[in-house]
Amino acid sequence: MKTFFASRMERCIGCQSCSLACARLVHKRLSWHTAGIRIGSSGGISTGFEARVCLACDPPPCAAACPTGSLSPRKEDGGVKQDRKLCIRCGKCVAACPVNAIVVDELNNPYMCLHCGRCVPYCPHDCLELAVKGQANFVQEVAE
Amino acid sequence: MIRNDFRILLVDLTIRKAHIVDLPGRETYIGGSGLAAMLFEKYGDPGAGWSDPKQPLIFAIGPLTGYFPLMSKTVCGFLSPYHGQYAESHAGGRSALALRFADMDALVITGKASVPCVLSVGSRHMDIKDAPFLWGKDVFTTGKMLRHMLPGSGHRSILRIGPAGENGSAYACINVDTYRHFGRLGSGSVMGAKNLKAIAIVGDASFPLPEGKAYAKCFHEIYDQVTETTMMSKYHDLGTAGNVAALDALKSLPWRNLQATSDPGRIEGISGERFAKDMLLRNAACSGCPVGCIHIGYLREKFMADNRYLYRQVAYDYEPIFSLGSMLGFGDGFKVLGLMDAVEREGLDCMSGGVALAWATEALEKGLITEAETLTPLAFGEPEGYKAAIRHLGAATNEFYRLLAQGTLVAAKRYKGEDFACVLGQEMAGYATGETFFVSEALSFRHSHLDSSAYSADQKAQDKDAAKIVAGFVKDEASRCVLTSMVGCLFARGVFTEERMKDALNSLGYQGVAANLSQAGEAIQKLRWRLRMRTGLNPMAAKIPKRYAEVVTWKGPIDTVYMEQLRQAYAARLLELGREEGLE
Ligand code: SF4
Ligand code: SF4
Ligand code: SF4
Repeated sequence: MKTFFASRMERCIGCQSCSLACARLVHKRLSWHTAGIRIGSSGGISTGFEARVCLACDPPPCAAACPTGSLSPRKEDGGVKQDRKLCIRCGKCVAACPVNAIVVDELNNPYMCLHCGRCVPYCPHDCLELAVKGQANFVQEVAE
Repeated sequence: MIRNDFRILLVDLTIRKAHIVDLPGRETYIGGSGLAAMLFEKYGDPGAGWSDPKQPLIFAIGPLTGYFPLMSKTVCGFLSPYHGQYAESHAGGRSALALRFADMDALVITGKASVPCVLSVGSRHMDIKDAPFLWGKDVFTTGKMLRHMLPGSGHRSILRIGPAGENGSAYACINVDTYRHFGRLGSGSVMGAKNLKAIAIVGDASFPLPEGKAYAKCFHEIYDQVTETTMMSKYHDLGTAGNVAALDALKSLPWRNLQATSDPGRIEGISGERFAKDMLLRNAACSGCPVGCIHIGYLREKFMADNRYLYRQVAYDYEPIFSLGSMLGFGDGFKVLGLMDAVEREGLDCMSGGVALAWATEALEKGLITEAETLTPLAFGEPEGYKAAIRHLGAATNEFYRLLAQGTLVAAKRYKGEDFACVLGQEMAGYATGETFFVSEALSFRHSHLDSSAYSADQKAQDKDAAKIVAGFVKDEASRCVLTSMVGCLFARGVFTEERMKDALNSLGYQGVAANLSQAGEAIQKLRWRLRMRTGLNPMAAKIPKRYAEVVTWKGPIDTVYMEQLRQAYAARLLELGREEGLE
């Protein structure tokens, strides 16, 4: 199964097109925050940007912590599927994620990356990719 | 959120309270420029001075902010310490999206805090923190401290001032998220006068998308046009710095206080190509803009023997390369970056700062002032003296720097030398392109090269028909008023045609605004001029200093007779535009 990677964040310009796209296309929201990928400056803007995004743990501790089965492991390669109808907004997944990849909105609804790849084409600097695990970031583009 | 009324957060620093007001007027005032003017009319006092605590400091976004790419700017409205009149300044960074996601169409700040403070606002909080320990700190130190003091990293915007804003400089800027600025006409000092060192806007809300397919369709058309066509590539590639060599080749780049308009021996060292090749470290973008026009250069400085170095990152653009580069006689981009860094630290507007020092250098050469005034040697092409002078300018160290920080013409009046003050309403932008631009900048609303396309008109052969040119200025301004009310980046004006803006508005459910666009543009334009005139503008009195009559461009010498005709025609037209309604 393909997995989403923020592989080339050294190239990031902080435009947040990816977060806006994920919120818009996956979660049907206008937001730069309640999205699978979130961009922040790494220790002050002058040192560049970093992405907060799911690392596709295998097995995923967030799914293990979820008491209702709203989050369940993907078939293979780690990460989770989400069934929003089952979510009781308890926040246990948020606490279980070791890398703070899950964010909640004001109603405590959790948002995390579902590895769909829809944000990828919105990145103007090709920082993001959907790839088979172990093969991400092996294509280094050469500038003309 | 999509709503017809404007939702305004009104903060009174004196009593440390805020409240939300909902105001009608969307169809006439749209947002951004229009909303800022509407709010100034409501909350400002045209009879009181710029530093009066009751005057509002306004930050406004528009109906398209955050919903479409390049709708990434915030309009700041305030009473300017530069000319005492209503003024507008624009900036991007994260400010616009932060306001959107803090769920306000505008933030209006009135009053004055009893001690220096930091204001933090979001969709669910309003907090005023005392911060006397930040007073006197430069922009960089302030930024570092604020990052630890404030919530919401990555999804907030931080607006801050440096010493210049604390000391009442007429051209102190507001630094936005390190690399962008509300640069011109002194908004930084308005913050200073309110004892407001910094503002954090935390964008912590999210909203449902509009119903139906129209929004997604319109978004994609715009996104594709922005990213897949060459329309925006000049901003992406070399950035605005790409114009430096082009303007020099056209004999239109001001050098050494506009004593020349081209310098073949030095241009190569400060061209956009040279910056990209040797100094460009990386790019950055305003939130919501995939173009990423921000170019960040790399400054490496030896600070001690034994190869001890430090490095800094400095954003460059056409304007600072002109004002701190060619205008000060530099042919070495690294030295120019050093001055940009110094100006940034003080929280000064780079254009006014550079042009003011260019005047001071010539005044010193001519013996009108001495080192007793400048406290340091100033000579074109010598960076160390300028670095010291920039610190003095920020600190307003002595009488000379205090006056110079009030505007080049203020110092020029006192020490003589008005003839060679490069001031067109404010310290000039970097386009010595000809009569049309000089008149446009001297008289236009923001005294900005972005008020009209005059500088590109000058670059083509044109017939000298003052009435026609003035009609063009006025029409151009009205249409830009629409875009800066949305609030779109002016670099995107090719993408956001009127039709496209209408589609975008309709897709969000703003049918009323879409149907009234051109009328709204004209109404906003008139309101802005009325506000300027109520606060003291007399366009007939606008002067173009003698230096401009001596300029030689690719077209040859300036036609002073035509320039004067154009000046009078434009001023007369502005008087009509700013006439109070009902007084025909
Ligand atoms: S959301 Fe966090 S815990 Fe769950 S799979 Fe992703 S990284 Fe692991
Ligand atoms: S891969 Fe899909 S779910 Fe993950 S951040 Fe991108 S759009 Fe969102
Ligand atoms: S779209 Fe790409 S460049 Fe923009 S913020 Fe996301 S990762 Fe960075």
